[in-house]
Amino acid sequence: MKKAVLTIALAACAAAAAAADYVALPGGRFESVLPQGAVPARSTPVDVPAFALRATPVTLGEYLAFVQQHPLWQRERTPALFADRRYLIDWSAPTRLPAGASPASPVVNVSWFAARAFCESEDARLPTWLEWEYAAAADESRRDARSDPAWRRRVLAWYERPASALLPAVGGPPNAYGVRDLHGLVWEWVDDFNALFIAGDSRTQGDPDLLKFCGSGAINIIDRDSYAVLMRIALLSSLNAADSTGTLGFRCARPVQGFHP
Amino acid sequence: MTTTSLTRRRFASTLGALACMPALAAGGAAALPGDSVYQLRATLTDHHGRAFELASLRGAPVLVTMFYTSCEMVCPMLFETIRFTLDALPVAQRSGARVLMVSFDPARDTVPVLAQTARTRGCDERWTLARCDERTAREIAAALGLQYRRLDSGEFNHSSTIELLDADGRIAARTGRLGSVDPAFVKAIGQAGAKPA
Repeated sequence: MKKAVLTIALAACAAAAAAADYVALPGGRFESVLPQGAVPARSTPVDVPAFALRATPVTLGEYLAFVQQHPLWQRERTPALFADRRYLIDWSAPTRLPAGASPASPVVNVSWFAARAFCESEDARLPTWLEWEYAAAADESRRDARSDPAWRRRVLAWYERPASALLPAVGGPPNAYGVRDLHGLVWEWVDDFNALFIAGDSRTQGDPDLLKFCGSGAINIIDRDSYAVLMRIALLSSLNAADSTGTLGFRCARPVQGFHP
Repeated sequence: MTTTSLTRRRFASTLGALACMPALAAGGAAALPGDSVYQLRATLTDHHGRAFELASLRGAPVLVTMFYTSCEMVCPMLFETIRFTLDALPVAQRSGARVLMVSFDPARDTVPVLAQTARTRGCDERWTLARCDERTAREIAAALGLQYRRLDSGEFNHSSTIELLDADGRIAARTGRLGSVDPAFVKAIGQAGAKPA
């Protein structure tokens, strides 16, 4: 019943063709691998407010509907500031999906600006890094499975698999929150990707480059064993907002107020 | 007739045009280059409390950077470095130079705070200290290739480069040198100013 109301609300703002499935996540105390406090080397847990997250990454089919409704985001019309030449490069035509690809596969080769515009079109936004990391810390039964070596190995195993040309459809097993495909399918944009700059302490010690950044210099990583998450951060921190890559997709987030699935 | 008042008038008419034109390109001028930062639909408020569109700065080179007022380390150096840079320009170019400093701390950098900062830092009419909502700040940073990160303490880590936008809003040069003048950057400002808009 409530879902129906949400669906109507979405249709009213002329959003995606089919209402996307959002999952509400309760807020909680969370220790990010990135230090959140003033002391770069010390871990300081922070409160992550409740939010809603798309259950799956945005699919090719959903993105196709978006570019049909918003022609400005068709690859030949998008200004270079917002998307580089690799934007939707795998598509057969500006409004035709890659040959042989399933509409249920995640969209990739999208820039940060494009991902943001898509989320806006369904009255949402990109998740912050903290929100993404918080959601991705869960396995099927625990909200924070990160200290479990078996879970870490499982997550890491995906990163060792060579990327295939055609990505499988979204809809992997749900984690404890009901969110799917946070690991194992694609990398994902976050809204504050340009907040994720890293420098190992050895490089910044006495380095004149320190002044490139104000404050405590740059981020140190607290939990150096979280390789899988570290790789995400390394990738995101290396990107510009117009960049598109063949393994990078996205999902959207929303405030949780007034939304009870 | 000074360049300042010309720019202001163009600025006002651009705002008027925007109000009835939600489409992309601002104003009626030649098409904006695809890689122009002015492709962004960004509304800011200056330290006088006036709202303006980022794209209204089109027409002359602008030095742009991002900062926050309560920053005590690099941000004062950013102001100083830009002042040194303006002083290093050939006399003919000095009055036409423009500076835009965008705060990424809208919660604390209110218009009165920005106005006070402008006075404290000796910013004349060439300078615009501006604020915008967080979402817009993140977008401007992304378009400029700047990085910033809010810490739980309310402090920020941020890149401290200064970008030069040409008359059409394309990034023409950037400098990471602080505390002294970067001659290559000064030269780039002169070249950007020499090109017709």
